[in-house]
Amino acid sequence: MKPARFDYYDPRTLAEAVAIRQEHGDESTVLAGGQSLMPMMNMRLARPVVVVDVNRVADSAYVRDWNGGVAIGMTTRQRMLMQHPLLTARVPLLGEAAQYIGHPQIRSRGTVCGSLAHADPAAELPTVAVALDAQLVAAGPHGQRLIAAADFFVDVYTTSLKPDEVLTEVRFPVLPADMVWSFLEVSRRHGDFAMVGAVTGIAVDQARNVITGARLVFCGVGATPRRVVEAENALLGQAPGEAAFAAAAALVSQGVDPHNDLHASVAYRRSVAGTLTKRGLAQALATLAA
Amino acid sequence: MATTRSVTLRVNGLEYEHSVEVRKTLVDFLREDLGLVGTHVGCEHGVCGACTILFNGETARSCIMLAVQADGAELMTVEGLASPEGKLDVIQESFRDEHGLQCGFCTPGFLMTTYELLHTIPDPTIDEIKDWLSGNICRCTGYKDILESVQLAAARLRGEDPLPTSQREHDAS
Repeated sequence: MKPARFDYYDPRTLAEAVAIRQEHGDESTVLAGGQSLMPMMNMRLARPVVVVDVNRVADSAYVRDWNGGVAIGMTTRQRMLMQHPLLTARVPLLGEAAQYIGHPQIRSRGTVCGSLAHADPAAELPTVAVALDAQLVAAGPHGQRLIAAADFFVDVYTTSLKPDEVLTEVRFPVLPADMVWSFLEVSRRHGDFAMVGAVTGIAVDQARNVITGARLVFCGVGATPRRVVEAENALLGQAPGEAAFAAAAALVSQGVDPHNDLHASVAYRRSVAGTLTKRGLAQALATLAA
Repeated sequence: MATTRSVTLRVNGLEYEHSVEVRKTLVDFLREDLGLVGTHVGCEHGVCGACTILFNGETARSCIMLAVQADGAELMTVEGLASPEGKLDVIQESFRDEHGLQCGFCTPGFLMTTYELLHTIPDPTIDEIKDWLSGNICRCTGYKDILESVQLAAARLRGEDPLPTSQREHDAS
């Protein structure tokens, strides 16, 4: 299980990386953390002609303020999501989700942008990016292109990045002040790929005891992160609690369109999506009382 | 096509310089080019942890890294745990004392992960130990003795000297 032959570049600047992508287009693949790509290359499921290793691109492993939110650089490792003070303070949901990503060794090498660009349907970070309205920054021969997370994930392992582009940054805006969040996942064993994962967000007008905002986004139930707007809308105006959450969960179960595979059936994924909706909303709500 | 590169790196304190095929994985490089066969090849796709090393102080799966990515890096493999004279380090002694290995194939990976764990969290809870070790798979032991080995190593590194669990259980029976 060794990779097929390839030509290897390790550019030191973003401009060099883009130039290589421009020259080789879809015969090239960007290598960042390698925690998803290298297994595929070892098994020869991926056979890039050209590997563009971006780990040595200068000044790419940053976490910095972005208009009160956070910008995360191209080679920032996933373990930073649980450790960096800007992230734990401003976007703790990312750290919660990251705990479900594989194992510590994977989080030491795996990158945030790499996970987003790889776009595995079961991946946690794309789901959080969609839920929090993240902005992706792509660098190409014609300069920078900003892509909304909702438009970024197109299909299994497919994003709207062009073959001559490199994903250089992901930006998380300031979160809505009244929203509380939870991330939950079910997998066969600790650290396995998600069968279903759920980001739930809820905002409550506590004086009137009424839900004023909701976000429900799932991984593992389709080719890309699935936001279930109909369930979100059903929560608005309702009193927060079991009845409203159960109704939303039913809409989620019906609304998602998962596939059968070795790990879980369609019926099971629908059921888990509903259960995680209820649990996630209850968990998020409980943080308001605390 | 640039199919080979020169790689210079430090492993267990020693500097090496080798020419390597760009597609060669780091674990194959360590074993074949450097003769450091303590790091094992299990699944070759990053799930079993037998290939775990320290890369610039952090555990990494060397089967899913390329040797060329280690150019300029500081590595530690299992061979770097014992002293040059062959005296086992505290973690290795604890695995011995708590019977934390049977066939030993997974053990180098567990030792390296334990090394990073205990240098990060000197007094880990059992849940923290399980979470940290979740990326290493063992087919022999059922994990109980591995967990006790880590707990014993943690205690000893903190300067305590508890009786190994296996000894206590033996004495009680």
